[in-house]
Amino acid sequence: MSDTKKVLTDPLVNNNPITLQVLGICSALAVTSQMSTSLIMAVALTAVTACSSAAISSIRNHIPSSIRIIVQMTIIASLVIIVDQVLKAFVYDISKQLSVFVGLIITNCIVMGRAEAYAMKNPPMASFMDGIGNGLGYSLILVIVAFFRELFGSGTLLGIEIFPLIKNGGWYEPNGMMLLPPSAFFIIGVIIWVFRQWKPDQNEAADFKIMDISHGEGGHH
Amino acid sequence: MSNEKKQCKTMSALCEKLDKCEHYQKFAKYRDHILSLGNDSLEKTIAIALSLCFVCAILVSMAAVALRPLQVENKAMDMKKNILDVAGLLQDGTDIHEAFAEKIEAKLVDIATGDYVEGNVETYDQRKAAKDVAQNVVLTKEQDIASIKRRAKIAKVYLVKNGNDVKSIILPVHGYGLWSTMYGFLALDADGQTVQSINFYDQGETPGLGAEVVNPNWRALWKNKKVYDESGKVSLGLVKGLVDTNKAGSEYQVDGLAGATLTSVGVTNLVKYWMSQEGFAAYLDKVRTKG
Repeated sequence: MSDTKKVLTDPLVNNNPITLQVLGICSALAVTSQMSTSLIMAVALTAVTACSSAAISSIRNHIPSSIRIIVQMTIIASLVIIVDQVLKAFVYDISKQLSVFVGLIITNCIVMGRAEAYAMKNPPMASFMDGIGNGLGYSLILVIVAFFRELFGSGTLLGIEIFPLIKNGGWYEPNGMMLLPPSAFFIIGVIIWVFRQWKPDQNEAADFKIMDISHGEGGHH
Repeated sequence: MSNEKKQCKTMSALCEKLDKCEHYQKFAKYRDHILSLGNDSLEKTIAIALSLCFVCAILVSMAAVALRPLQVENKAMDMKKNILDVAGLLQDGTDIHEAFAEKIEAKLVDIATGDYVEGNVETYDQRKAAKDVAQNVVLTKEQDIASIKRRAKIAKVYLVKNGNDVKSIILPVHGYGLWSTMYGFLALDADGQTVQSINFYDQGETPGLGAEVVNPNWRALWKNKKVYDESGKVSLGLVKGLVDTNKAGSEYQVDGLAGATLTSVGVTNLVKYWMSQEGFAAYLDKVRTKG
């Protein structure tokens, strides 16, 4: 039981797909200008990751290694199409806003990454949980980013006015920069910094050390 | 509904047959044979690839077919909502189907002559027609100010009626902005000259800048603007910054979108194109003379 819990909670902070593995950044930039779109995207990605991991894991002993990646892609792509169809049928407005980004879950590195790294070696139930956990890790970051972007970019949260805008007779001048994708870069950067301050073991070892020339014997003499 | 039931019945009948079927037993044998093979054998690789494709194809097509009625319904509903919105008939709690059926009439118009034409209004899709060689007109560079390359010969317009009087004319318009082709509706008074409203239901402009074309506050600025000047030229368009209402000609001007020059130019161009002789000018002339 504690194993399941670990598989579920580890990807939230300790092994977060976005902040530590730095995967799935593209959609984190694209869909986070509003909370509602991010939430739907988070649910869609979590569902796809969990189901594809479970499906791949259940046939993992029979996947020929020469077509391994194609098999994974086929399963993931089919699930994504199904999710896209479901969104178009039940939350049409939001699926319109998400447009191509639901389809692009296929190329989201988190889904492939979990299939390759976990589902190919573990039983279906554990893989399913791992998919849910990583989906939640992704969702957490998406929701945090969307919270700041929507609040400061439009003065609203989930479409409900929090800061009354000047143009509607309030006092808040929205920060247009927050609505553009680059702002998500800054916010994700800050989140990574906060996480690594909080959990210093997430810091990567430097690839090389810059030589200190003040004491150095190297250089030209 | 009965159709669905029939399908279900045939499905379960099929399943029952399957278990008894000789071919199925052969299949089960072959399946066990494949599963017992080494993972890297050629036969297994091909069998796995084919069966995976088969299973995925079935799942995907099932989802697509089962959800299609809902999706079509959503699309139609969304379109009606947009049309009611531009007609100013959309309030919270409006029953969209009812309001649409009651107040709005769709008609097909031959853009070149401006005459109504017969045809199935329900199923005609102007966007599809624009891509169909038999139903479209390819625009020359000089004509194509809205950067749409081709347009359908026949347009689907909507009339808002009050008894027998036409209250407003809703025209489908589209043109290229900065990133995307913006599709929308322009609602005019029965005089074919005064703007009631505009909206864009499909666009991919920059959020917060160009995508402000959907902002209700900006859209409200279009009300009571005029399309044609005294000489009959299309004068309506966006200007940089705010419109000075004291100056002559301000009735032809709408505030440009701050920080979205190219989207603003795109909106101006699409209005110019669709209101010109290339667009709906002939039709609007006919509406005016008929009163």
